[in-house]
Amino acid sequence: MERTWNNKAWFMVLPVLLLVAFSAIIPLMTVVNYSVQDTFGNNVFFWAGSEWFEEILHSDRFWEAMARNLAFSAIILIIEIPLGIFIALNMPKKGWGVPVCLVLMALPLLIPWNVVGTIWQVFGRVDIGLLGYTLRALGFNYNYVNDPFDAWITVIVMDVWHWTSLVVLLCYAGLVSIPDAYYQAAKIDGASRWAIFRYIQLPKMNRVLLIAVLLRFMDSFMIYTEPFVVTGGGPGNTTTFLSIDLVKLAIGEFNLGEAAAMSIVYFLIIMLLSWVFYTVMTAYDAEQ
Amino acid sequence: MNLTWMAWTLPTAIFFITILVLLCGMAIWEYASPGGNPRVGVLRFETTRGDRLFLSLLGSAFIHLAWLGLVGPNLWWALALSVVYAIGVFRYV
Repeated sequence: MERTWNNKAWFMVLPVLLLVAFSAIIPLMTVVNYSVQDTFGNNVFFWAGSEWFEEILHSDRFWEAMARNLAFSAIILIIEIPLGIFIALNMPKKGWGVPVCLVLMALPLLIPWNVVGTIWQVFGRVDIGLLGYTLRALGFNYNYVNDPFDAWITVIVMDVWHWTSLVVLLCYAGLVSIPDAYYQAAKIDGASRWAIFRYIQLPKMNRVLLIAVLLRFMDSFMIYTEPFVVTGGGPGNTTTFLSIDLVKLAIGEFNLGEAAAMSIVYFLIIMLLSWVFYTVMTAYDAEQ
Repeated sequence: MNLTWMAWTLPTAIFFITILVLLCGMAIWEYASPGGNPRVGVLRFETTRGDRLFLSLLGSAFIHLAWLGLVGPNLWWALALSVVYAIGVFRYV
């Protein structure tokens, strides 16, 4: 059958295009303009060409923040995705437990990011925080303020606490959409628990997992508020991720040109990695 | 309309006009030949001509960054390399 192409439907996306233009495209254009200039304020700019980009590409500070950010994203994806799947698989599918679990899972997502940071900042304190005090009482030398390892653990656990629920809810939505007939067929065939997961549940969760991985990667790669509130990027620079470094550069040092160049490199890397994730997972999905 | 806050320069204006012309060109191409010409190329998955433009632009940005980082600030060769890369993407991807 011949498909009918009606390109007039594209006019329907015009309002969205206008909205995106004002909220994303025009600011992005401004950042590009800033990245090739230098300013000392008062809306006076001097042409700098590719100077800021060269500076960023040769800056150890940038590559160290990038490495920290990539490590952070990798760690939280390795923890949150399997943990989210595991919790979703074990959540009740019917009865009163369903709304209770859904509400419990949704709670961390409802808390604003700066509040999450504040909660964990207090929670981790060794003098008044439940976590810090308990760990100290148990004999652990825990102090996220001056120990880089403890700071990393705190930031990672905080992120896992805050965002695993998103993965759980997405996976749960994928799981409840599987018709009972699949499970009945698996039971007749005598399929093991692992076989049911591998050949029924995992393929059915593929699309939601793609969204979960993409969202969690992009969010974790852009993380700012929570680590900023808890550790302020420290001790030293050990939890200074790209966004924290970017804000220090743009607002702390008022180095708008260099910060704009850094934003563009940061943006391009996020676009590339998101495209790779999306392509790999949709190609795998198509193969299935 | 006062756009001085956007700090426009001639090179950045030319850059964005080029992107706009490319997008308009793609829209006209789509109007003339609808469907996006999907095909499976060297990457072994289906791409439309929109995907190929995206890959060309993203790849070109990284070619320019790599040139700046590894060679130096003279970007004309990076631009030439990007054009060759874009032709390659549209031909083989």
